[in-house]
Amino acid sequence: MENTVDVYAQGIDEQGFILEVLQETLALTRRLYLQLLRRPSTLVAGIIQPLIWLVLFGALFSKAPEGLLPGGMTYGRFLGAGVIVFTAFSGALNAGLPVMFDREFGFLNRLLVAPLRSRSSIVFASVIYITSISLLQSLVIMGTASLLGYGWPGVSGLLVVLLILLILVFAVTALSLGLAFALPGHIELIAVIFVANLPLLFASTALAPISFMPTWLGWLAAINPLTFAIEPIRAAYGGPLDLGITVLHAPYGDVNGYGCLSVLMGLTIGLFFLIRPLMNRKLA
Amino acid sequence: MPVIELHELEKSYGSVKALQGLNLQVPKGCLYGLLGPNGAGKTTAIRIICTLLSPDSGKVIVGGVDALSHPRVVRRSLGYVAQEIAIDKILTGRELLQLQGDLYHLATSQTSLRIRELVERLGMQTWIDRRCGSYSGGMRRRLDLASGLLHRPELLVLDEPTVGLDIESRSVIWQLLKELISNGTTILLSSHYLEEIEALAQRMAIIDKGRVIAEGTAEQLKQQLGGDRVTLRVREFSDEKESEMVRTLLNRIEGITQVVINQAQGFSLNLVVDSEQVLPRIQEELNKAQFPIFSLTQSRASLDDVYLQATGKTLMDAELEVASQRDLKLESKKAMR
Ligand SMILES: Nc1ncnc2c1ncn2[C@@H]1O[C@H](COP(=O)(O)OP(=O)(O)OP(=O)(O)O)[C@@H](O)[C@H]1O
Ligand SMILES: [Mg+2]
Repeated sequence: MENTVDVYAQGIDEQGFILEVLQETLALTRRLYLQLLRRPSTLVAGIIQPLIWLVLFGALFSKAPEGLLPGGMTYGRFLGAGVIVFTAFSGALNAGLPVMFDREFGFLNRLLVAPLRSRSSIVFASVIYITSISLLQSLVIMGTASLLGYGWPGVSGLLVVLLILLILVFAVTALSLGLAFALPGHIELIAVIFVANLPLLFASTALAPISFMPTWLGWLAAINPLTFAIEPIRAAYGGPLDLGITVLHAPYGDVNGYGCLSVLMGLTIGLFFLIRPLMNRKLA
Repeated sequence: MPVIELHELEKSYGSVKALQGLNLQVPKGCLYGLLGPNGAGKTTAIRIICTLLSPDSGKVIVGGVDALSHPRVVRRSLGYVAQEIAIDKILTGRELLQLQGDLYHLATSQTSLRIRELVERLGMQTWIDRRCGSYSGGMRRRLDLASGLLHRPELLVLDEPTVGLDIESRSVIWQLLKELISNGTTILLSSHYLEEIEALAQRMAIIDKGRVIAEGTAEQLKQQLGGDRVTLRVREFSDEKESEMVRTLLNRIEGITQVVINQAQGFSLNLVVDSEQVLPRIQEELNKAQFPIFSLTQSRASLDDVYLQATGKTLMDAELEVASQRDLKLESKKAMR
């Protein structure tokens, strides 16, 4: 303990900002991965649940009269896009849980007494972690769907799918992290997640097209962010990629692929701006 | 220049006033004790020093830097071992320390070197690679201490580090603290164990109800009290009536400044006397009034006496009083960020 090397003086003087943020972020992300590795049940459940949806739901309507669905696609193929989006969505909705537990158990204090270069590192780590997990889950679902004969979007299609999922996951992660700081405890957070999950699924075009729905539900589905993610992905599955064509026939008009992307993008940016002041306050 | 300076700190939680004008100066290179009963405001003061909490008003200077406007500078030079232990049960001790190293921006090689040193120093070899969830209280504390020391802080702040610890862990920790002091680290340690503060601290402040009520070295504090302590028992187990009679008698003797009946110790009498010369007079008077003497012992003032003098209560009483008023659940809820 003698001849103390002043570790700070070398590393810290107002340089290497990015390196330090990177170091913090990676260390925090690594912790989340280690947790997952040692308690993989959430990941496994997060993959099995949508697979069950895919298999059971796909089977439920497999004898539906042909030509019922737009573009004459089979129900399994129709459902695939919905399940992919829903998987990413519900995965990202859980992003706030580890943060909430850190708040409750006081682990967050350990992070807050440390001289973090930027406390956004805590947020970055969650975003990186959840994004990679969600994308992984989605890829597994896509692979299984293609094995079930529900199709595969092709390379450029795949890129669009991943891009859309990425934007959606960012938005939902922001929301969930915001809730994790705003709500009093994990019970409340779990309650919100529980309540948000299924209605958002049913009030979207994941399970059925808008043309099947009563007007009020059609309207709900047409403003549901999930729908804006589902429809372009469905289109990517349907044929050669063209974001310019109409993918959503909403009661208020037709929306093309670019429109859907813009809505998702706007939502993500909006949510990040919305939760920023909250995070700044809680992490100040 | 003092390492920690607190000026007129005020902090309330709703209607509870945790700090009411707290002033404190911790000189460099010493182990400074913060002594006070449950609820005195020790943790609140420490959390403010560690930049986890901001006061309602007052000034906080740590290492010459204003902690309220430059918290990050303070965080760099400070190691904190919290009262409630927060660890990640799924990580191993080593992984936790590695994380800590990255949060303090140490180079990987530095971190592993430091971990090796601390593992050896704190006797963590056999369990450092086990998951923290399986650690005993003593192991957790040692790990916590290691993580507070990983970046070689100039100032180490420990909030009741040895509460409820096994003797071995406690002695390992005490030993290390002494070693750190001799190497120039400044340590602030809160406790409500008198022995701990007496054994370790060079200076101390006694806190009660969010204020410093006495400050100095143990010797100074005892001297401030003045006088010697005398414990008198007329028989091994006396009763209230007899003790009262003796008290009346003693109150007439010159040189006795205070007589307290200690019910918990068989109604013995605790006196404060100006000088030793009073002892023979006490014996004389008791003999005259035909009281027996079971024991008559004299001692210097102890820290407990200091506390008693300053607050009119023993530490124990003060704790019991506060314990009945606290809502711990609510507190931990409010302490969340
Ligand atoms: N988060 C909180 N919300 C409400 N009241 C609080 C909170 N934290 C502390 N208090 C109150 O503030 C006062 C000081 O508490 P503090 O924890 O600083 O005392 P302490 O000296 O550390 O006690 P202990 O020896 O029990 O650790 C107490 O009356 C306590 O009830
Ligand atoms: Mg405390």
